[in-house]
Amino acid sequence: MSVTTTRVPAVTALEGGTRRSSTLRPSRWYRPRTVIGKVILWIVLLGFMCLFLYPFVWLLAASFKPRGEVFDNALIPKTWVPQNYVEVWNQLPLINWAVNSILIALIAATLVAVSSSVVAFGFAYFKFPGRTLLFGLVLATMMLPGAVTMVPQYLIWKGLGLVGTWVPLFGMNLFGSAFYIFLQRQFFLGLPRELFEAARLDGASYWRMFWRIAMPLAVPSFVIVFLFEFQAAWNNLQASLIYLNGGTPDQFTVPLGIAYAMTKFSPTNGGHGDYQYVMVASLLVTLPMLALFAFGQRYFIEGVATQGRKG
Amino acid sequence: MSATTADTTSAPTADPDAEPRRYRHRKYDRREAIAGYLFISPWIVGFLVFTLGAMIYSLVISFTHYNLATGVANPAGFDNYTQLLNDPKVATSLSNTLFYAVMAVPAEIVFALFLAMLLNRVGRGAGIFRTIYYLPKMTPAVATASVFLLLLNGNTGAINKALALIGIEGPQWLIDPNWVKPSIVIMTLWGVSGTMVIFLAALKNVPQDLYEVSSIDGAGPVRQFFNITLPMISPAVFFNVIVLTIAALQVFDQAYLLFWRDQTNYSPDSSLFYGVYLFQQAFQQFNFGFAAAMAWLLFVIIMIISLIQVKVSNRLVYYESEN
Repeated sequence: MSVTTTRVPAVTALEGGTRRSSTLRPSRWYRPRTVIGKVILWIVLLGFMCLFLYPFVWLLAASFKPRGEVFDNALIPKTWVPQNYVEVWNQLPLINWAVNSILIALIAATLVAVSSSVVAFGFAYFKFPGRTLLFGLVLATMMLPGAVTMVPQYLIWKGLGLVGTWVPLFGMNLFGSAFYIFLQRQFFLGLPRELFEAARLDGASYWRMFWRIAMPLAVPSFVIVFLFEFQAAWNNLQASLIYLNGGTPDQFTVPLGIAYAMTKFSPTNGGHGDYQYVMVASLLVTLPMLALFAFGQRYFIEGVATQGRKG
Repeated sequence: MSATTADTTSAPTADPDAEPRRYRHRKYDRREAIAGYLFISPWIVGFLVFTLGAMIYSLVISFTHYNLATGVANPAGFDNYTQLLNDPKVATSLSNTLFYAVMAVPAEIVFALFLAMLLNRVGRGAGIFRTIYYLPKMTPAVATASVFLLLLNGNTGAINKALALIGIEGPQWLIDPNWVKPSIVIMTLWGVSGTMVIFLAALKNVPQDLYEVSSIDGAGPVRQFFNITLPMISPAVFFNVIVLTIAALQVFDQAYLLFWRDQTNYSPDSSLFYGVYLFQQAFQQFNFGFAAAMAWLLFVIIMIISLIQVKVSNRLVYYESEN
């Protein structure tokens, strides 16, 4: 049982396939019994916490430093330069990047969450010849390295005249995505079939059953899929490089924009090594993701934990 | 939309609900099967076009010299494949990538499992640590790269300053060819929390009774780890190894951002990863035929490695049968 079990209703359904005997208690293997043991454990955990947090604090501090002090590693700037933020605002079209990325991420996440749910419901509820084989094929595509289809997919989008537009960045989300289909199917399998039989007797169509009965119940796992894809779209550097790199900077997405800023301010490329500006921009594009996590951390954790359960 | 059509195109036979028994002799309800196909049809279309179609298309292109401007593909026979052997950068990037994977995957597995076991031992309070440990995973690769570019600076970077405190002279991480790959491993380890969460979920599922029984038998923590914990979580280990290996063989973002973003800049050959070289060949040199051949080589390599991992896992992974 996951820690989040009590909080996310989706969990119980997601775990349907791996339910264990209820007499087993969750593992608390070798929880330290002595005070010293507990103190050591907490010190180690706090130590790792510092290691994981250090780059964030460093980034925050560096974003307020003047050029000459970025490398001094002080976690509290000696000289405070909040004007860095104004400079970045003036020099980089950050707001364009953010708007572009937010819109792309919203479209990508909505499309993939809906399409994957539709497909997942097909696999979960209906019986049809070849279902097992086809679902195996869905799972197999998860193993397919993206590099293999990268070139032909580009040529397909180019053939459709859509290179340079946003469409290639979310177009494939119309067709569902393997992991999300898997996740949603697990959820739908956990719903009692009687729920649907009753609706069928009332004359509900299959689509109505899906849209009016299954989907409202599947909101938690829908949110998991949505958040995962939103994050993936926000971070997707390679697709932006392939499909949007030809445009002007204000057409860039967040990852492409930061890569552009890294080069723009790099001393090897005529810049002055104004890394504090790169730090400001990096911090600003990280904050939305941290906010997303603050809002939906249990969904993220549950979504990741589910991956390992398909074993 | 698809399902409403399912209903209107319903089978010429009578409503199955009216007389369900009539269909007993058939394995499938025709109406239901059609609806099922309609529901999964988006995936089928996507698979046929963007996966299977794309793979076949890329196989075809790999036997041509593809001209992007004209869209004309001249037959090239095995040219692109012989070029794989003749281009020294293919071998370099491939060995860099394999070397990186061999370093990164075990490091990630061990570190993630270590952290997960620590978290599993804390009762209350594990949640807050898990949340904080997960934050790096939320950080966009561009931000990670730009911060670590400065943290890993050989002269003034925080990592070398910290090493100096304990009397170690740190290397020129991002310049010395020997330290390029360890640098990327460090960045990867910072974001190891996804793997950790999977392990943590697996550890929570190990029945406490096994430990209690074995400690009555006098087994110590080390023996318990190897005889209970590891076998019980072996499906999660296997899953993580496969996923991390595939990811490591395709490593792109960090290598591209730190070394190959700026084409005017010099970068050591040891930072040329297969994914980066493939990207350069396709989208900077526009050698689509050659890039497609490179992609197929990578595909075959990943399949072989995955197959070996599956074979090995069949002997090592313990799957608990239902009841």
